[in-house]
Amino acid sequence: MSVQITTLEELTSPSRAASSSLSIQEYFLNMGPQHPIAHGSLRLLLVLDGEIVREVIPVPGFVHRGIEKMCEHLTCRQIVHLTDRMDYLSALSNNWCLSRTVERAAGIETNERIETVRTIVAELQRVQSHALWWGVLGMDLGALTPFLYAFRDREIISTAFEETIGARLTMNYIQPGGLMFDIHPGFVARVKEVLAHMRPILDEYDALLSGNVILQERLRNVGVLPAEKALAMGCTGPVLRGSGVALDLRKAEPYGVYEKAAFDVVVGTVGDCVRMEEMRQSLGIVEQLIDSIPAGPHMTVKPAAKIKLPAGMHYGQIETPRGILGTLIVSDGKSDKPWRVHFRTPNYNNLWAVTAIAPGCKIADIIAIQASLDLVIPDIDR
Amino acid sequence: MGEETLIPRVLAAEPSAKVRDDAGGPSVEVAPDRLFGLMQCLRDRPDLAFDMLMAHTAVDWLEQGRFELVYILYSTVHGHGLTVCASVPRDKPVAPTLSGLWPIAHWQEREVFDLMGVLYDGHPDLRRVFLEDDWQGYPLRKDYQDSDMLELPQ
Repeated sequence: MSVQITTLEELTSPSRAASSSLSIQEYFLNMGPQHPIAHGSLRLLLVLDGEIVREVIPVPGFVHRGIEKMCEHLTCRQIVHLTDRMDYLSALSNNWCLSRTVERAAGIETNERIETVRTIVAELQRVQSHALWWGVLGMDLGALTPFLYAFRDREIISTAFEETIGARLTMNYIQPGGLMFDIHPGFVARVKEVLAHMRPILDEYDALLSGNVILQERLRNVGVLPAEKALAMGCTGPVLRGSGVALDLRKAEPYGVYEKAAFDVVVGTVGDCVRMEEMRQSLGIVEQLIDSIPAGPHMTVKPAAKIKLPAGMHYGQIETPRGILGTLIVSDGKSDKPWRVHFRTPNYNNLWAVTAIAPGCKIADIIAIQASLDLVIPDIDR
Repeated sequence: MGEETLIPRVLAAEPSAKVRDDAGGPSVEVAPDRLFGLMQCLRDRPDLAFDMLMAHTAVDWLEQGRFELVYILYSTVHGHGLTVCASVPRDKPVAPTLSGLWPIAHWQEREVFDLMGVLYDGHPDLRRVFLEDDWQGYPLRKDYQDSDMLELPQ
C-alpha cells in the first residue's frame, strides 16, 4: 500500500526550490484569491521561471458551502433553491438538471408546455451567459467597452426573466413536476424584443472584439487544447467543443424539446472560441419555439405533494452553458430526503485543464486562458 | 449502444462483475481489487471505448459499514454511458487510483478524499482540495460532527 497524503505546504517548501537546477531559479507567485480575473475567489499558485509559467497549482475552496451536505437535509423540491447558487450564470439549467433527474426517478410526467418553456428560458440564459463571457473576456484583456455593452444587453434578457420569474440572477423557476409559475402574459412579446435586439448586436460584438487585431494577437496560439487531452481532462461544453469534439447533450441525448428545433453543434479545432456562434444558434432555437408554446397547465403534480424517490441511484445530466452538469441522487427509499446528492459540475472538471495547457506560457496568457475557460467559481467549490 | 448489448460486453471483460438494476441505467458492481482491470478494459476496448470519466463520488452507507464508490463513464465514440460501483470497508477505505487512466480522476479522487476520506492507493498528490490541509474529519461522512452544526428544527 502506498497511500501518501500531501499538503500544500510540502508542495511549496523551500527544499523544492533548492532542488531546481542552477540555471533556472523557480519561484512561486500567488494569483488570487483576490484577483480581478478570478471572478470570485480562486487561487492559482504559479511556479515561475522568470515570466514563463512552469506549473499551475489551482487551490479552490474559498466559496465551499457544503451544498452536497446541505442537500441531505432537504427534500427534492427544496434542493432546487440551492442549485442556482452553484453556477449562478446558468441557474435555470441547474434547476432543470435537478428537476429532470427527480422527475425521471419518481416517474413524474410533464407536458409539452412545460418542456417548451424550459427550453426557451434555458436557451435565453445561454445567450445571456455567453454574452457575459464575451464582455468579461474583453475586460480581462484590457478592453472595458465590451463589458459595458454585454451588461447593457444582458439587462434586456434579465427584464424578460424578471417579469416571469421575479428574480434576475439567482432564479428558481424550474421545479420537479413543472414550473414555479406560468409565464407572464407579456413574456412572448418580451422575448421577441430580445430576439430583434440581439441578432444585430451579435454582429456588433464580432466587429468590436472578434476582428480586433490586438485581441487576436493576445489569443492566437494561447491555451491550445487538443481533443484527446480535453477528453481525458474531463472537459465539457464549449471548452470541449472548441477542441473539436462535437459532444452536445442537446443533440446526443435530447431532452426538453430540442428535437423540435433545428440547430447546429458548433465545433472548433484546437481550443477555439465557439461561444459567439452558439449564441446565434440559441437565438435560432428560441425563434423556432417562441410562436408555438402549447397550451396546458404549468404543473403536473400538486405543489404540496411529497416526492419520494425509489431506493437506488438516479443520475441525470444536461448541457448547461458551461458544459455537462450531472446530478447523482442516491435514495434509501425510506424518506423524502435524499441519502446523498452529488453534483458533477462543469466548472470543477474544466478548471483542471489549466494545469495541462498553461505550462510554458507567459503570466499574461494565464489571464487569457482563464477567461476562455469561462469559470464560475461557486460552481467549482459548491 | 443499448443496455442489452453493452452489459454482456462488460461482463465478458470482467466475469466477476454483478449487474445492478437500481441505478437508473446500465450499471455493474465489482470488487475493489478488480476495479482497475475492469476500468482499463472499459477505456481501451474499441467496442466499449469509454473515453470520459464523467463523475466520481462516494456514498457513505454507515449502517452497512462501507463506502460505495461510484464512477460514471461516458463514451463520446458510441454515445453510451455506464455506472461502475465498488464498495470499500469503512474502517479501511482504500481504493486503487484511476488517475493513470483518466487524468481527471486525479482531481475527482482528491475531492472524494477531502470530503469522504477515501484513500487512493498510488495517487501522486493526495491532498485536500476544498478544505484546509489541517481540517479534522471528513464532512460528507454521515457520522461527521462539527461544533458549528445545528440540529434541524423538527
